[in-house]
Amino acid sequence: MITVERLREIKEKQRPILEARLKEKDIATINEDGSIVLKGEYYERQVRIALKNCGIIDPYNIEDYIAVDGYSALADILMNKSRQEIIDDMKASNLRGRGGAGFPTGRKWEEAFKYDADQKYMICNADEGDPGAFMDRSILENDPHAVLEGMAIGGYAVGASKGFIYVRAEYPLAVKTLRVAIEQARELGILGNNIFGTDFSFDIELRLGSGAFVCGEGTALIESIEGKRGMPRTKVFRTAHKGLWQKPTIINNVETYANVPVIFQKGVDWFRSIGTEKSPGTKVFALVGKVENAGLVEVPMGMPLREIVYDIGGGVQDGKKFKAVQTGGPSGGCIPADLIDTPVDFESLDKIGSIMGSGGMVVMDEETCMVDIARFFLDFTVEESCGKCVPCREGTKRMLEILENIVAGKGEEGDIEKLERLSDTISSASLCGLGQTAANPVVTTIKYFRDEYEAHIKEKKCPAGSCQALVQYFITEKCIGCGACARACPVGCISGDKKERHVIDQDRCIKCGACMEACPPKVSAVVRR
Amino acid sequence: MANVRLTIDGQMVTVPSDTSIIEAAKMIDIEIPALCYDPNLEVVSACRLCIVEIEGSKKLQTACSTRVKEGMVVHTHSEKVVEARKDILQLLLDSHPNDCLTCQKAGECLLQKYAYEYGLKFREHDGAMRPQLLDTSSPYILKDNAKCILCGKCVRTCYEVSERQVLYFADRGYGTKIVCDADQTLEESSCVSCNRCVTVCPVGALIDKRVMGKIRAWEGSSKVVNCKVCQYGCEFEVKSNGKENVAVVAKPPANGRPLCLKGRLTTELLYVDKPEDPYRKVDGKFEKTTWAKALSLVDIMEKVEKLDSVNDEIGEK
Repeated sequence: MITVERLREIKEKQRPILEARLKEKDIATINEDGSIVLKGEYYERQVRIALKNCGIIDPYNIEDYIAVDGYSALADILMNKSRQEIIDDMKASNLRGRGGAGFPTGRKWEEAFKYDADQKYMICNADEGDPGAFMDRSILENDPHAVLEGMAIGGYAVGASKGFIYVRAEYPLAVKTLRVAIEQARELGILGNNIFGTDFSFDIELRLGSGAFVCGEGTALIESIEGKRGMPRTKVFRTAHKGLWQKPTIINNVETYANVPVIFQKGVDWFRSIGTEKSPGTKVFALVGKVENAGLVEVPMGMPLREIVYDIGGGVQDGKKFKAVQTGGPSGGCIPADLIDTPVDFESLDKIGSIMGSGGMVVMDEETCMVDIARFFLDFTVEESCGKCVPCREGTKRMLEILENIVAGKGEEGDIEKLERLSDTISSASLCGLGQTAANPVVTTIKYFRDEYEAHIKEKKCPAGSCQALVQYFITEKCIGCGACARACPVGCISGDKKERHVIDQDRCIKCGACMEACPPKVSAVVRR
Repeated sequence: MANVRLTIDGQMVTVPSDTSIIEAAKMIDIEIPALCYDPNLEVVSACRLCIVEIEGSKKLQTACSTRVKEGMVVHTHSEKVVEARKDILQLLLDSHPNDCLTCQKAGECLLQKYAYEYGLKFREHDGAMRPQLLDTSSPYILKDNAKCILCGKCVRTCYEVSERQVLYFADRGYGTKIVCDADQTLEESSCVSCNRCVTVCPVGALIDKRVMGKIRAWEGSSKVVNCKVCQYGCEFEVKSNGKENVAVVAKPPANGRPLCLKGRLTTELLYVDKPEDPYRKVDGKFEKTTWAKALSLVDIMEKVEKLDSVNDEIGEK
C-alpha cells in the first residue's frame, strides 16, 4: 500500500536520477525552486502548467512523475482536506474547462458533489478531434499521470469511485502510455481501494473512441461509453446529475485535469496570479498553419494574439503577409489581421465571434482563400454531423453546397444572404454544440472578409489566388522559350516555338500549376491570377 | 408533485412541475408542431420543430425536452420561432421526394400538414437528395428511405420490445439512414412485421403494404376494434370504403401494448371482406401460406375437426 512516506522515499530516490539524466541530455534548466524548464527561446517564452512535465519526465515511469512532486497533491488532499474544501478551492481557482466552452470546473464539480447518488463517475474527455489540434495528445503521451491524478482528486471531491478515459483510437501511443500509467498507478496503490490508507477508492478504465468527432460532445461521449451510437442527448437533465448510466457524472477535458494537481500543489493564489481575472491560468495552443515555428505553445490567458503568432511563433512563413488566424477548430472563427492585438481569453474571443475552443490555432497568409477555409471547415462538420437533428444534418449540407459552388465559380447573387440565414437557423435551432457552432467559420469569414465572397460571386475571382476553378495560368513576355513548361504540362496544352514565347491553351488547362513549377526561377515567366 | 404556473402565448396555465412545455401547451389547446415527439417514447429533440421562445433565455428551446418552471413565459409562435421552423421544414422538404400525389401517407403525413400550415412548397435545386433506397422485400411493410426524415420514432418504438430491437441508425451526417439489423432488408432481418414502426412513422417512409392502393386517409370510414388474440387487446382500425371493409391498420402501441403480426392477421381475417393471402417468414424468406398456418391453428383445427366429427357422429346416433 502506498503511504505518504513511501511517496517521499520514491521522490528522494528518483529525483537525482531524473536530474542527472536531464543534465546529461542538456535539454532543461533546473531552477532553484525545483521547477524544470526546457531549454530554448521557444520554451522560455511560454508558461507551462499543463505541459510542465512534457519532454522532461519519462511517461512510462511513475517514479519520474513522483520525482517532480507527482501525486503529492492527491496525498495531501486525502490526508488533510475535506471534499467541501476541494470544491471551494476549485471554485476559487476559477479553472475553466479547457475543452472549449470554458465552464468553471469548480461549479461543475459542486453540482455532482451536492447530488446524492450511490454511484458517481469521472470521465476524461480525450477524444481530441479538431483538425490540426494535438494539445491533449501531447499531455497523454508525455505526462499521463497528471491526468490520472487530476481525475482522482476530482473523484474524491465529488464522491466518485470510478473513472473512464475516453480516448480516440487514432492515438495509439496515447492509449499505450495510459495503459502503462494506469497499470503502474494500480501496482503502487495510487489507484484501487483505500488509497493512501484512507477510505477513498478510485479506479480508472480506458474506453476507445472509433473516430467520430461528435463523441467529443459530452453526452454523445456518454452514449458511446454506454455502448450506444454516439449521438448527443437532449438536455433534460444535467450530466452532473444524470449522466453515465443515469448517474452523476463529471466530464472534463485532458488539459483541465492536467491543471488540477498543479493548482493544489502551488495554491489557488498562485494559479490566479497567472492569466486574467475571468480566465485565470494558461492555455495550450496547437500553433499550426503558415507560421514559422509550429508546435504546442502554452501561454498565460490574455496574451495578445500578436505575441503568440510573432514572438513565439516567429511570424508568418517565408515573409508573407499575415492574413488571419483561425481559433477553435470547426466551431471557431477566423480573426482578421486588424484584430491581431486581441487578448486570447474566453471573453475576448467570444466578443469577436470566434471561440477559444480546445486550442487549435491556424495561421493563414495572403495566399489563403477565406471562402475556401470556410468551405474546408464546413466540409468537416458535414462529414462529422451525427445526423440526429435536422438543422445540422440538412442545413450544414446545404451551406456546404453553396460554398462549393462559390469556390467553383458558380456562386450566385444572394448566396451570401442564404448562407447568413442558414447560419442563423443552424446556430439557434441545433441540438448540440457541434451544430450550434458549425456555422461559425462561415459567419466570421463573411463578417471580416465579405469582399472575398463578393469577388468570388460577382467577378468570379479568387483574390488569394487559391481557388483552382477561378485562377488562370499565363505565360508573360519574360518567357525565353526554353520549353520546360511544355514538357512538364501533363495535358500538353502549352505550345510555342523554341526561344519563342509559349502560350497556354486556357480551355484545356487543368490548372495543376506544373508549368509554374517547371519555369526556371530566374525566368519566372508563368504567373497565376 | 407541486404545481407551477406559467404563461403560454398570453394564457396562464397551471400544471404539475414535471410537465414539458409541449404537454402544458396541449392542455390549453395550443399545438406545437413536432415530428419526433411522442409522449409514449423517449424524448430526443431531433426534429427541432417544437422550438419555442422562453423569455429570459437567449437560445430557442425545444418544448418537448424543456420542463415548465414557475413564472415561465413561453411564446410558441413568435416571429423568430416561426421563421426558424419554416427553415427547418424547408430543409426537410428540400431532401424529400415530391410524391404527395400518390403517396399512401398523404392526408395523414405530418410533413405535409406542417408544410401546409407554414405555407411551404417543394422547390427545385441541384443539391443532394436522399438516395432512392426502397425496401420492397416484405409483403407487410414498405420501407422508403428517400422519404425518411430520420425522426427516429421507429427506432425508439422498436427498441421498446426487448426481443425485437431491429431498427437502428446507420452512417452519419446527411448519409444517416434507418437500417434493419446490420443493414439488411426487412425480409432478411429479424423483423417480425409487428408494424409498431409503421404506426409511429410521421411520413411515408414506413407504409402498411396491405392498405396500399385500397383506400386513402380521407376516404370511407373507419372504426376501432380491439384484438382478441391475447389479453393486451391492441387497437386496430378497420377501414371501410362504404361497401366493404378493405383493410385493418394497427393503432400506435400505447400502454404497454406490444402489437404483433398474428394479432393483426387475425383481426384482418375477422373484419376484412376479401383479405389478401397471408405470408410468414421461414428461414429469412417470406412465403405465402394458409391462414391456418399463419395463425398457428393447424393442430388446433385438426383437433377441432376430429372432436367435432366425433360429436357429429354422437349427434347422428
